[in-house]
Order: sequence, then structure tokens, then C-alpha cells
Amino acid sequence: MDRPRRTMLFIPGNNPNMLQNAGILGADSIILDIEDAVSITEKDAARILVKSAINNLDFYGTEIVVRINPLSSAFGVKDIEEIATVQPAALMIAKATEEDVRTACEMLAKIEDEKGFELGRIKLFPLIETAYGLENVYSIIKSSDRVVGVLLGAEDLTADLEVKRTAEGKEIFYARCKIAAACKACRVDAIDTPFADMNNCEGFIKDIQTAKSLGMTGKAAINPRQIDTIHDIFAPSEEEIKYAQSVIKAMEEAKEQGKGVFSLNGKMVDAPIIARAQNVVKKAKLAGLL
Amino acid sequence: MDIKVPAKAGTMESSDIYIMVQPNDKGGIIIDLESIVMKQFGKQIEEVILKTLDTLNVKNVHIVARDRGALDYTIRARVETAIKRAI
Repeated sequence: MDRPRRTMLFIPGNNPNMLQNAGILGADSIILDIEDAVSITEKDAARILVKSAINNLDFYGTEIVVRINPLSSAFGVKDIEEIATVQPAALMIAKATEEDVRTACEMLAKIEDEKGFELGRIKLFPLIETAYGLENVYSIIKSSDRVVGVLLGAEDLTADLEVKRTAEGKEIFYARCKIAAACKACRVDAIDTPFADMNNCEGFIKDIQTAKSLGMTGKAAINPRQIDTIHDIFAPSEEEIKYAQSVIKAMEEAKEQGKGVFSLNGKMVDAPIIARAQNVVKKAKLAGLL
Repeated sequence: MDIKVPAKAGTMESSDIYIMVQPNDKGGIIIDLESIVMKQFGKQIEEVILKTLDTLNVKNVHIVARDRGALDYTIRARVETAIKRAI
């Protein structure tokens, strides 16, 4: 976790108006989309426009990720060849497999070498949206150390599973758990699928809370109006931060006194509690709350 | 770079520019520009189009441009797209 990724906001890659405002919307990351948001006849235009936007616009520190087309399509390879030359922070690979990640990694290494870029600077975000991708998410992440996170794409996944997508999201319970566990095991971010119904505020809040409770570390957004709600729920609460700080303070005092084990408010504090407290403080700092 | 077939790129939406290119048999560059900010930025838009053509090494072309308030990065991208579609 090198930076907060509570929100990743999708921006259509062939829309100049939305591209030029993307940096001021407050998302931690923006995903410039040249896949599903762009028709087949406009892929070339979107690629050129996104390149021009990355080269010329100020995104005010927002992380720039470009969602490219599947490498199995006619566009994916060309997307990497073109987009890598303007060095976005990361490429998001649609319908990713281990082979796709390795291919992207090899292509990026070649481009970075040819252009004199820092090797390994461009990161990868596999998009898990097929039954195959879900069952192999751990090995997909492990395919390259460029992978810094995974995004769950529930619409395509449920289509592949031939199940109905619902607001309650029972059908993606397993996917969320599996992705969260794999990402935690590899120490990368687990980004939850976007919530599509902009008029269902209550459902949206429940959806974020569920994703967080299952171990997802952030959520994709499809509308700027969703950003603040996602940030509020994914940021550590004031109570969590205060408790984490008290655990760390007690740990430091115990160390000074040469104690291996200590208690706080009458409860024993062990290694997992300390690790959790350190993680909360780190997240709070990354989110600018400390 | 020679223009072989007519081609277009961009849209008439806000902040975009619609570009049509076609061969200019008489030689040279002709730009037919209309913009919602013609008075303020007409010359600048033409300059961006000319510079982009120069970068792409295009010497003979007839360009029709309908601007809806595009920033320079969009103008460059749309001209490049139209030219690449035309060669």
C-alpha cells in the first residue's frame, strides 16, 4: 500500500470534457477508460486523446490508470504500445489472465528500456471479471511484481457465471472474499466493483459497507457524486484511529519497560492487534487524517 | 505524409472539435475553421492545427474544423486522429 486507493473513478476515454475535469473531482485514482466506454470505431481516437490528455493536463496528483482492451482483442497490444509511452501510473487489463499479465509486463519492460524510462515504473491492475480470473486471482497477481491491485468487475463476472446481478450482491459474496484474501496475501489493493444505480443511495451505502467488511480496500466509482460516500466509509473512523494510536503508544511504553506482552484497558494486546493498529494509522496518514 | 482519403474525427459536443480532412490537389494547407470562441481564440486554434500538421509532416490538406471550445490537447488529438485515418 504505497498510496490510498479508496476510490478509483472511471472516466470515458473519448470525452474531452470529462477528461479535462478528471483531476479536480477528488478521487484517489482515475481510470481513463478506452475499453467498454469507447465504441469499436473510436478506439484509435480514444487512444490518441488519452495520450494527449496525460501529456498535457494537470491531474493534481491524482493517480492515472488507463483501462486498456483485453489482450485477446484486436486492440489490447496496440493500447500498451501507445499508452505506455506517456507513462501512466498503471494499466488496467480487462479480463486478465496470468498470460496477459506476463505479456503486458514483457511489453512494458521493452518499452521502458527503449525509451529510457525507469524500469518497472508502470504498474498493472488486473481486472477480475471472468470465472477463470476469479479462480486464479492469486496466481494472476503473482504473475508480475508490477501488480499493485485488483479490480473486481461484477457485471462481466456475473454474466460469465450466468447469474443475475442484484443490488444486494449475494452473487458476488464469494468473489469479494476470494479477491480480498488473495490481495491481502500478496499485499496489494482489492478494489470493489462499482455500484451502478445512482438513485439507490441506501443500497449504495450498504454495498460499500459490505465490501469493506469482507476485506476490500477501496471501491470503483462511475460518478463523481459517489466519491465522498466511499471515502467516508473506507477511511478509518475517528474512534478507530484513537484506539490504534493508544495501542501503539502502549506498545512503545511496553518496549521501553522490556515487556513482551502488555494489556490495554484490561485486555491483552498481541501481535495481530498491533499489526491492525499500525495499518489503521498508516491508512489514516495516507488519507490525510493524521 | 500524404492524405489519400477523406476522414474525420471528434464530435460536436462541448469541449470537443470536429475535424474533417481531405486531399488538397492544388497543394498547401487550407483551414476552414468555425468556433464558438472564434473572436477570442480563432488564431490560436489555427496555430495549434498548423503545428500538429507540421509535427505529422503533412504539407497538402484541406481541413474543415468545427470547434466547440476544445482545449489545445483535444485539437491536437483530433487532428492527429483524422490525419492517421486519412493516410
